Amino acid sequence: MSMIIASVIVLAVVGLLVGMMLVFAGEAFKVETDPREVAVRECLPGNNCGACGQAGCDAMAAAIVRGEAPVNGCPVGGAACGEKISAIMGVAGGETGPRNVAFVKCAGTCDVMKTKCNYVGIESCEAAAVLPGKGIKYCTHGCLGYGSCVKACPFDAIHIVDGVAKVDRSKCMACGKCVAACPQKLIELLPDTSIFAVQCSNKEKGALVKTECDAGCLGCGLCVRQCEQGAITLANNIAHIDQSKCVGCGKCAAKCPAKIIRVR
Amino acid sequence: MRTKTFRGGVHPSGMKELSQGKPIQFYEPKGDLVFPLSQHIGKPAVPVVKKNDPVLTGQIIAKADGFISANIISSCSGKVKAIEPRMTTAGVVAQCIVIQNDGKFDTVPGFGVPNDDWASMTNDEIIQKIMDAGVIGLGGAGFPTHVKMRPRNPEEIDYIIANGAECEPYITCDERLMIEHSDWIVAGIKVVQKLFPHAKGIIAIEDNKPEAIKAMQAAISGESNMEIMPLHTKFPQGGERNLVHAVTNRKMESRDLPANLGCIVDNVATLTAIYHAVCCNEPLVSKGFTVTGDAVAEPANFMVRIGTDISELLEAAGGLKTQPKKVIIGGPMMGMAITSLNRPIAKSYNALVCMTEDPVEKAFEQMTNCIRCGRCVRVCPVGLVPQQMAVAGQRKDYAKYEKIHGLDCIACGSCTFICPAKRPLTQLFQLTKKEIMAQKAAAAAKK
Repeated sequence: MSMIIASVIVLAVVGLLVGMMLVFAGEAFKVETDPREVAVRECLPGNNCGACGQAGCDAMAAAIVRGEAPVNGCPVGGAACGEKISAIMGVAGGETGPRNVAFVKCAGTCDVMKTKCNYVGIESCEAAAVLPGKGIKYCTHGCLGYGSCVKACPFDAIHIVDGVAKVDRSKCMACGKCVAACPQKLIELLPDTSIFAVQCSNKEKGALVKTECDAGCLGCGLCVRQCEQGAITLANNIAHIDQSKCVGCGKCAAKCPAKIIRVR
Repeated sequence: MRTKTFRGGVHPSGMKELSQGKPIQFYEPKGDLVFPLSQHIGKPAVPVVKKNDPVLTGQIIAKADGFISANIISSCSGKVKAIEPRMTTAGVVAQCIVIQNDGKFDTVPGFGVPNDDWASMTNDEIIQKIMDAGVIGLGGAGFPTHVKMRPRNPEEIDYIIANGAECEPYITCDERLMIEHSDWIVAGIKVVQKLFPHAKGIIAIEDNKPEAIKAMQAAISGESNMEIMPLHTKFPQGGERNLVHAVTNRKMESRDLPANLGCIVDNVATLTAIYHAVCCNEPLVSKGFTVTGDAVAEPANFMVRIGTDISELLEAAGGLKTQPKKVIIGGPMMGMAITSLNRPIAKSYNALVCMTEDPVEKAFEQMTNCIRCGRCVRVCPVGLVPQQMAVAGQRKDYAKYEKIHGLDCIACGSCTFICPAKRPLTQLFQLTKKEIMAQKAAAAAKK
């Protein structure tokens, strides 16, 4: 009996001592945190996606408070988040552009793209991209369809549909992770307001493109001549629409022989 | 006495019986010949002909660009049809010279004229001749031979190893070369011995080729400074590092070249090319090539002109008897699958294997997680730990991958072959290596 009482007393005393030590240590080694940092952190979306260039949302909040990152630096939170943070920080938010959305510049789905072989091996676009001949499709510039972007997306906004990556515009937060993940460099962030875009990246000459894919930009330049705004340029056998100039008249899309300028 | 070998390695079934007994046939192409400008390790060659220029067999059509590069020689006569980017056998679009073959094979003056007093040539002249002839390592890697012949320590070279291991399954062209033209190989070794007078010639042959060993034995009778060394049959016995270790018992560190350990290693086909270049004034226009596999009607060994279309050569071997499921250029362990037969044969390719079954596909269906049995470690001929490398590769932990010497992987495929969990290890290592190289190149470009 006395044994039990003794051990209870010893434990209680040790517990009290350790507790007092912790209280003392907590006071002595206190780290001053800026209350604004906590507030800013609460405005950020908390995905830790890293699209802002910081290690995560905590690091971003600290950087904003230190003045090292712009208050509207979070591409995921967008304008709303930027406004809240600028209110906390008491600085002007600056212009946040229109909301961006990822866009995959390839339309080589299974029905229009011919395949040249079977592939068995590591199921990732990086692995397929370094193979001789780059994956199973004839086109070596297009979507490989092994879903490296799908794995990279923190918002479940991109999926392989019919052999080609497709972005769910309502879910996309324009963090840019898929842009970095794509070994073919197919994904571009375009303003959500943009209407038309060239959905192909094949840089070969038109005759070769035709043998590879039914939905390939032939580099014919018809769209360039159609555009009254001068928004379309042709480089490396591929048309590109400058979204800041495009007014969405749709004349280019009507003329495109490959029907590759599409409403996004 | 136990035959010599190296540590590690695997025993894939040889499959050499398909083409082993078939004598070498000389094949003259009928169609156009295509010469990619980059058939070797190093900088691509620079074309010295223009469109519509007439060319002759043995004419230099592209010159080496820099020290580590090699000339490209036309292997037929006719005229230059085009110099344009084409899909090469390696699956990349690269600049190629296309020659319209007139079927006459007219040669440049002096081509094939025996050069009897080659022994009085200086070393520089011999090496220049090898360089002019566009000779590269014909075993597969394609390293320019003239570079190999200029080591920093010519005095210390004491072994010239003729690599007749031919450890890849299916391939038999080197074996046939050793049986039928052993004198060419011996003459090639003599030329290299002229460059390195203290060196002993060792002809290393796996012991599954008794006929080749016998033929070479007969060819070197009377030569005091040459020896045949039968080696244990094991893949990758013909890998440069493994061969040096097996023959000399000298261990190569990761940065070593064979020359650092006093060895010059040349494939028997390369030695043949050296002999032809130096003693016969005949540049590298043709090479041994095996067409084999269970889908080929009559597997055969050819002496084929470089640039010949693969489909044309396949027809010469009786065509396909069944639809193949997989077509590989090179051997099944280290070769690569190709997607079209309308591709040219480059200098460094030595076989076409058409298989009715794809073992990789079967293996992939059975893939499970790593069971950490360590068999990959036991078979790795370089002494690496593939299991750890795979973990680092999957996590994209490139610093760790480099730290455990993952960049020394020679991609022989032994670990993938032995893996009971059927993991695609070699592919992962190749991918990781390429990504690390790309990162390094990007970092260097930034500076």
